[in-house]
Amino acid sequence: MDFSLPTEPMNHKRKNPDPSPDSDESTTQLSSPFPDEVLERVLSLLNSRKDRNSVSLVCKDWYDAERWSRTHVFIGNCYSVSPEILTRRFPNIRSVTLKGKPRFSDFDLVPPKWGAYVHSWLLVFATKYHFLEELRLKRMTVSDESLKLLAFSFPNFKALSLLSCDGFSTDGLASITTHCKNLTELDIQENDIDDKSGKWLSCFPENFMSLEVLNFANLNSDVNFEALERLVSRCKSLIVLKVNENMTLEQLHRLLVLAPHLRELGTGSLLQELTPRQHSELKSAFNNCKNLNMLSGFYEVTSIFLPVLYPACTSLTFLNLSYAALRSDGLSNLLVHCPLLQRLWVLDSVEDEGLEAVGSNCPLLEELRVFPASDPFEDEILHGVTEAGFLAVSYGCKKLHYVLYFCRQMTNAAVATIVQNCPDFTHFRLCIMNPRQPDYQTNEPMDEAFGAVVKTCTKLRRLAVSGLLTDLTFEYIGKYANNLETLSVAFAGSSDRGMECVLKGCPKLRKLEIRDCPFGNAALLSSFRKYESMRSLWMSGCKVTMDGCRLLAQEMPRLNVEVIRECGNDGFQADKLYVYRSVAGPRKDAPSFVLTL
Amino acid sequence: MQGVVVVLGGATRSGSVSTLSMEDNNLVLSSEDSSSPDESELELGLGLSLGGTATACKPQQHYARILTAKDFPSVGSSVSVSASSSSSSSSSSCSSSLSRANVTAGTKRSADSVAAAANGASSQVVGWPPIRSYRMNSLVNQAKLPATEEFNSLIGNSKNSNTVAGKGTNNCSDKNNGSAKENGRLRSSLFVKVNMDGTPIGRKVDLSAHRCYETLAQTLEDMFHTSTSTISSIRSSGEEHDKATRSSKMLGGSSDFVLTYEDKEGDWMLVGDVPWGMFINSVRRLKIMRTSEAKGLAPRSEERNGRQRTNPI
Repeated sequence: MDFSLPTEPMNHKRKNPDPSPDSDESTTQLSSPFPDEVLERVLSLLNSRKDRNSVSLVCKDWYDAERWSRTHVFIGNCYSVSPEILTRRFPNIRSVTLKGKPRFSDFDLVPPKWGAYVHSWLLVFATKYHFLEELRLKRMTVSDESLKLLAFSFPNFKALSLLSCDGFSTDGLASITTHCKNLTELDIQENDIDDKSGKWLSCFPENFMSLEVLNFANLNSDVNFEALERLVSRCKSLIVLKVNENMTLEQLHRLLVLAPHLRELGTGSLLQELTPRQHSELKSAFNNCKNLNMLSGFYEVTSIFLPVLYPACTSLTFLNLSYAALRSDGLSNLLVHCPLLQRLWVLDSVEDEGLEAVGSNCPLLEELRVFPASDPFEDEILHGVTEAGFLAVSYGCKKLHYVLYFCRQMTNAAVATIVQNCPDFTHFRLCIMNPRQPDYQTNEPMDEAFGAVVKTCTKLRRLAVSGLLTDLTFEYIGKYANNLETLSVAFAGSSDRGMECVLKGCPKLRKLEIRDCPFGNAALLSSFRKYESMRSLWMSGCKVTMDGCRLLAQEMPRLNVEVIRECGNDGFQADKLYVYRSVAGPRKDAPSFVLTL
Repeated sequence: MQGVVVVLGGATRSGSVSTLSMEDNNLVLSSEDSSSPDESELELGLGLSLGGTATACKPQQHYARILTAKDFPSVGSSVSVSASSSSSSSSSSCSSSLSRANVTAGTKRSADSVAAAANGASSQVVGWPPIRSYRMNSLVNQAKLPATEEFNSLIGNSKNSNTVAGKGTNNCSDKNNGSAKENGRLRSSLFVKVNMDGTPIGRKVDLSAHRCYETLAQTLEDMFHTSTSTISSIRSSGEEHDKATRSSKMLGGSSDFVLTYEDKEGDWMLVGDVPWGMFINSVRRLKIMRTSEAKGLAPRSEERNGRQRTNPI
């Protein structure tokens, strides 16, 4: 990071405040032996947010040095701070990550037009962060107008990543591809996008060659293949290419020949009749991809096709099969060729048998996500996974520390064994898909399962619970989960006591999201000061009332206490409550159905 | 045991658009087109009840009755007021004076759901299992059957013919023409939420599996229906529609519900007024509304009143 770029209008010399008496003391103030520039230079090497936050608390000089040297900022809740406050404190930002809506908006629990508009941020950035290079948005509302503003306001703009956002169309993408001359990354994932056409891809100018990352896997419109081909052949630094379902194998082959240096590849549809010659050409193209460490896509995969991929799998560390309805034999044959696999995402169509193959073939596995292949109760054909699959993985994959597991049945005993096998869990997200389902063998609540998790996995940072749970689960969590930062609860608990236990314990809790639990005002108000140490609290379908929320708002003026009013609500129950700390004060852009108390 | 009865909005094949905006419990209708519908109206019956249990649960004939938590036993160790999870997360422009009933009835519904373990319980709850809707929609069609090549090409072909909205999956190699999709829909299957007044737990229906209102209505009927539906007359005007006669659960004019949908602009419209393709393109979610709430939904009120298609309170 070179601060002395002559083109920078904003240099790093800050206006020196009146010399404070502190800075003259040579013994107690660490900052005084160093000129500011040196301190800034040193601090500029710090990347971790936590470290930077700590640094800024040391003393005023360090605070200033830190704020001038920070180039990347992460904002976990876009309403916790305003763009004005942000730009005032950090003048030299090049990269911004912004998250908007509460996570449960992914599951349709937040009404449309709730907020999280990026536009107001971009307006401020356009004047204050002229040299902005990267923007990563999650669960924000982005309009085509915003994208156009983005494309025109930042001449150095390089990387755009949109995950789970909404409000824009492919026209907005076209603004980006047309005007961002220095673009290196365009990553469009799982957004609610108005997909009008694939023309945006053709808008890259013919002399444009800086692209390194291109992900349009979740866009459905056809793109012009010739334009894509030319783009790939021009962009010699392309290392990530994830195409959409419409790409055929033949097209994929042509792309691979042009870009054998890819590190991450997302395939299109794998369903195509290939001649033997095409087959062997494709296999040889994959063979040439020596640098692949991630594969995804696999739309419409067939077991017959998979062997073509095998040569490319030797250095694979991340395999995303979560859009591929693979069965156990297809998976196990594939996994034999992936000895270095660290992250695996699959559908539960592979069933327990497939997971046994995971346990047998992937000793280095660290992360496993098993998604349901279809609506579990409307599909009679696929049986999903059970505790047996998870157990099998835990026996074979000792390094496992991240699991997201959607299953149809579970037992306390199995979970206890699993965490014995893998005590290093940092993320344990278990979803027994039938709400309030007990241990299917003993018919007891699943309290002991999660008790085992929190007692054994001392490094646990994220936990999602499910199944039939009483307050005992939450007693365990409050008592033992000392590193827990995120807790997701649904259809669980017996009384206010459950939530109270969590709030009284869990010293590092940052995000608490609850739905459909019998927690009411007493629970909400039991430790209301805690909410200031947290990013946010979400409660929906619980027993909290408007009066309780008002009381909370009264006690804690620095929290934003928002209730989303459902239709026909009589004003007594608070159906959806969202509480978060903020230095920006109450929202100014709240829609009519969001009440700020 | 169960017996709520529903009428779904009729199908006029014209291009008329009726807009329903609900403010302050008043239904205001603005009609934009008054071409006369000469196709038959579609009236279907759905049966559903807020079922009775062993404990004190009053009979359900009176649909407008406000149920309270006392009517329902608690389940296991927890009783959750699952209103907001199961009612649609709608904006305040939607009014329903019976949402309180939704709130409390939810406890019973969850009780049923839990009791019937393998009974489609979780699929009835909005936002559950917690999978991003993008992922949920995009893989259901693929994952139905074992991944064999023949099977997938069969599925691909049938999907192409069935899918009205959005992409058909393709396995042919002439797709690189770069032409824009006809519809801008992101997903190959089109799941939308369906809620019914009086039923706190929403369902989801895949609209891309249907090509006309009749099959959709039939599906919805199956979703919310039980064996003891009541009325079986068919209302139609003009030509008799074969499909409309198919089901014995069709309802006559004495039904209390109509099928409506929220479009992209957030307006609530009567289902069946626009051509199917247009409907698919603009529908965000469905709601089976009490007729009393949906008063005036009909685009041409005089004609509708004449047919007594919706029953005012």
